[in-house]
Amino acid sequence: MRRDARAGGSPLTIGGYLVCLGGIVWREGLRFLNQRGRFFSALVRPLVWLFIFAAGFRAVLGVSIIPPYETYVLYEVYVTPGLVAMIQLFNGLQSSLGMVYDREVGAMRILLVSPFPRPFLLFAKLLAGVLVSLLQVYVFLAIAWFWEVEAPVAGYLLLVPVLVLTGLMLGALGLVLSSMFRQLENFASVMNFVIFPMFFASSALYPLWRMREASPLLYEICRLNPFTYAVEAIRFALYGRLEWSALAVVAAVTGLLLGLAILAYNPSKGLMVRRGGPSSAA
Amino acid sequence: MQPAAPAALSVRGVSHAFGTRKALEAVDLDVAAGSFTALLGLNGAGKTTLFSLITRLHDSHSGTIRVLGFDVRRESAAALSRLGVVFQARTLDLDLSLRENLLYHAALHGIGRRRARAATERRLAEIGLAERARDKVRTLSGGQMRRLEIARALLHEPRLLLLDEATVGLDVEARRAILTEVRRLVGETGLGVLWATHLIDEIAPGDDLVVLHQGRVQACGPVDAVIARAGGDSLQDAFMRLVGGETSIGNGSQEQAS
Repeated sequence: MRRDARAGGSPLTIGGYLVCLGGIVWREGLRFLNQRGRFFSALVRPLVWLFIFAAGFRAVLGVSIIPPYETYVLYEVYVTPGLVAMIQLFNGLQSSLGMVYDREVGAMRILLVSPFPRPFLLFAKLLAGVLVSLLQVYVFLAIAWFWEVEAPVAGYLLLVPVLVLTGLMLGALGLVLSSMFRQLENFASVMNFVIFPMFFASSALYPLWRMREASPLLYEICRLNPFTYAVEAIRFALYGRLEWSALAVVAAVTGLLLGLAILAYNPSKGLMVRRGGPSSAA
Repeated sequence: MQPAAPAALSVRGVSHAFGTRKALEAVDLDVAAGSFTALLGLNGAGKTTLFSLITRLHDSHSGTIRVLGFDVRRESAAALSRLGVVFQARTLDLDLSLRENLLYHAALHGIGRRRARAATERRLAEIGLAERARDKVRTLSGGQMRRLEIARALLHEPRLLLLDEATVGLDVEARRAILTEVRRLVGETGLGVLWATHLIDEIAPGDDLVVLHQGRVQACGPVDAVIARAGGDSLQDAFMRLVGGETSIGNGSQEQAS
């Protein structure tokens, strides 16, 4: 009798999970289409670096033959994987900025009161952000192709799973940060303390061997920076090779950050629970 | 003889604190299926915290909460799939259309596209907004947004509906329309409703009532019984006695006037 009284279909079927995932991705896509300014600013930023910064520094920052390159390459070629990672870094943190906004205005609650497990919801939200960033990356690479930054076709294909992994890592980082801040203003300022140090203290703009010559301390910092490994994973994938050690680091950091994000959004153990009243719940 | 069906909502011994600040203490309440239960309390009484616990935005530190017999902590999927909620703060995506907001909600409940579309069109027609399905939500009035939120909360056909100060900021006409609609649903569909408010004039003589003050339940039962137990000539008098004479409680008309 008790079961009869409580009868009703559970949404937690494989089909239900797929519908939920599809809905979250769809909504992220719609928001992206509604915010065309976000798309163009995400694209303009790396293009400015490619067209202006790289052209200007080409002569100063010569690059020797280092894997995966088999010959001397233009600085534009060297810097392109770093700019791809930059797109994902900005996108990951911007997506999480959206979560802080959603939490502030209450829209996040609708996601969190879904019957699906919260880790799944957070992962789906992350994945949706990554898929949006893929679109931005490939538009950027298409424009870069006309700028003589050409990679083999196999590289463009191999890049997809690597970008998913690196995008998840950077999105998870944003998710952890978003859980720590209640107000949009606070989070926006933190982005400056995260994005720029991560980007500049990495191999995105200069090879690590050059960094070691300039400053051994900075070199060690770059080696500890997970963004360096994301850049290198992307760089090798773009030329049809998998850099397993970089991928392993990225996977491990992704797992760690995802775990922290899930913990932070856990209804009984989360950081938000300890910090404030009901308004901080979502 | 068959055992009774579980209550739409059962809260037993629920306490919660944020740090050292106690928000709820040993709260007990029930919402029967097909009943309209008003949760009356001043601002800061703990109503929103209670809603956060029922919807599992937070977990309570002690006590149990059951929706249709399902424990929200241990059987959260079953519990959450059976409740709909309208939060005090607006939770619509202003940049999406009415239809897109509802379809997104349907997806979050695992409802397939075809069924979701049918339910969306039906709910939009019920609230008289079918013709505006493609409009952005930000173009709606406050009352229309609230009706849309209620339609969205009902999209997955829950058996329990929670509404937290759902009429705040609305004009008299919009408030009346929303209350009438929710009471109609209770009568016609057997939905259990928990209606949190600080406005006494939203409570009807036949309602069940829970008075919450400083995180504690001060009285509960049918409105007449609460008045009789607390003393006083009216619910306003009874409420004043129950909360120790604090006077910030109001009615909607006064709020509109001010």
